[in-house]
Amino acid sequence: MTVSFLILAALTIAGTAAAMSLRNLIHCVLTLTLGFVGLAMLYLQLGAQFVGFTQILVYVGAVAILAVFAIMMTQSVGPHVQPALSSFWVPGSVVASAVFAVLAWAICSGATSVRTPPQHDVSVNQIGDALMHKFALPLEIMGLLLTAALIGAVILAMPEKKGEQ
Amino acid sequence: MTPETIDQIFVLSKGWLLGYVLAALQPIGSAILSVVPVLVVFPLLFAITTVLERKGLGRIQNRYGPNRVGPYGIWQPIADGIKSLTKEDIVPRTADQVVHFLAPLLLVLAAFLAYAVLPIGKNMVITNLNAGLLFFFAVGSMVELAVFMAGWSSRSKYSLLGAMRAVAQMISYEVPLVLASIVVIMASGSLSTVDIVNMQATYTGIWPHWFLFTPWGFAGFILFMIAATAESNRAPFDLPEGESEIIAGYYIEYSGFKFALFFLGEYLGMFATSGLAITLFLGGWAAPFSFLTWIPSYLWFFLKLLTLIAAFIWARGTFPRLRMDQLMGLAWKFMLPMTLLNIFTAGVWHFMPTGISRWLVCTFLIVAPWMLLSRGLKQRKKLQVRTYRFAE
Repeated sequence: MTVSFLILAALTIAGTAAAMSLRNLIHCVLTLTLGFVGLAMLYLQLGAQFVGFTQILVYVGAVAILAVFAIMMTQSVGPHVQPALSSFWVPGSVVASAVFAVLAWAICSGATSVRTPPQHDVSVNQIGDALMHKFALPLEIMGLLLTAALIGAVILAMPEKKGEQ
Repeated sequence: MTPETIDQIFVLSKGWLLGYVLAALQPIGSAILSVVPVLVVFPLLFAITTVLERKGLGRIQNRYGPNRVGPYGIWQPIADGIKSLTKEDIVPRTADQVVHFLAPLLLVLAAFLAYAVLPIGKNMVITNLNAGLLFFFAVGSMVELAVFMAGWSSRSKYSLLGAMRAVAQMISYEVPLVLASIVVIMASGSLSTVDIVNMQATYTGIWPHWFLFTPWGFAGFILFMIAATAESNRAPFDLPEGESEIIAGYYIEYSGFKFALFFLGEYLGMFATSGLAITLFLGGWAAPFSFLTWIPSYLWFFLKLLTLIAAFIWARGTFPRLRMDQLMGLAWKFMLPMTLLNIFTAGVWHFMPTGISRWLVCTFLIVAPWMLLSRGLKQRKKLQVRTYRFAE
């Protein structure tokens, strides 16, 4: 537990907590982005450069923008005040705490048996090698999936011809 | 003094200055000594570029440009700076105060962060990250969020439209930007900007090993520069701030120093992407011929940077602004297939034996699809002589 870890953890938790409690949805997305950045910094602190920078590239650069676009297209742009607690907060919190309990149990029970020495500075080259050799098939399947999604998006966006249903 | 000493003069003086710092404070001292020159030099370059750009655009448009402040108007940036510092900072009453305040700061922060991995001279880089290129693109993607924050928090229709245009454009052109630089990563086998430059800083005879002098490198450079122009929202891709349509786009509700910060962030972003283009394709700080290596490396970097800036100004004065559908069509129908093909060509180049056949095959692999694609896209447009209905 170093000072930098505590600062980053506080930043991440504050960001995500604000994302849950703020009234304005755009503010929620912005504070959630702060949480993403905090997580990325934690990865960097652990020496995982690739994961940290990819976290920023994907979550700050793409996911946050996507969320913002989705919000702006589904509701009016102006200040939109909503109650802080939604009507189904009780079942929601039960589900959330159940998921947390399962994850915590899995981590606590598994940690002692498979504790590996921390590997510092896994270079990008090693990750690339692993993706190209050991995990080539999963990578190809992911590529296929993304291509299918891209084609689907293009088909959705294509103007429909007149006379066709 | 030998050429090596002059070349390394900033590195040596940094080490000399560090000698006077306590050992415990040396990491911080080293960081400050590396960062402060970047914080000084590039805003200064921004000031010089504004006056160069206004002069250059003026000449292209057959007028003088600024010529009142000082000889030939060279003190114009100082006058501009004093003006923007003393102007009233107006925040719209309905604006989201916090986000409105944070947006220009985030933009400038992201723009400055990108310089952390740019090698501006031999041994002159702030940090040599293992995943340097990834860092550059990750930081660049933060700009989009800043632009959105500025446009949304102003609560103005113009600024929101500008922000939406800017974000859509930057997301679309980030794809070809990254894909165009992948060929260099494939050739050098490294994501570290320092390694990439070191690889190009060798010579055969007098000729350098820049990636520009390969078929895929040349095509990659052109694609990269087109995408970089769009990323930095400059003409002919200046739809987000098109003066004739939405006045200034996402920063219309900013005034005074915050407006100047947006300007600064935009130019810093342009310098950073130009610097990355130099690092990736133009050999970074390396001299163009082996007999010119006695000229210091940082001078070469800035010479190349100024050349690219001049090209940016030239393009701004020459091309008309694109329409939104043309912008998106160029990104997705032309740039994306060409960058993917370029990656394939770089692979072919890597596995073919060295010689003239490799050159012929790879050039064909790029030129033929380029011609076919641009011709095919043009045919569906039904280009004809424009007829004016009201302005004959």
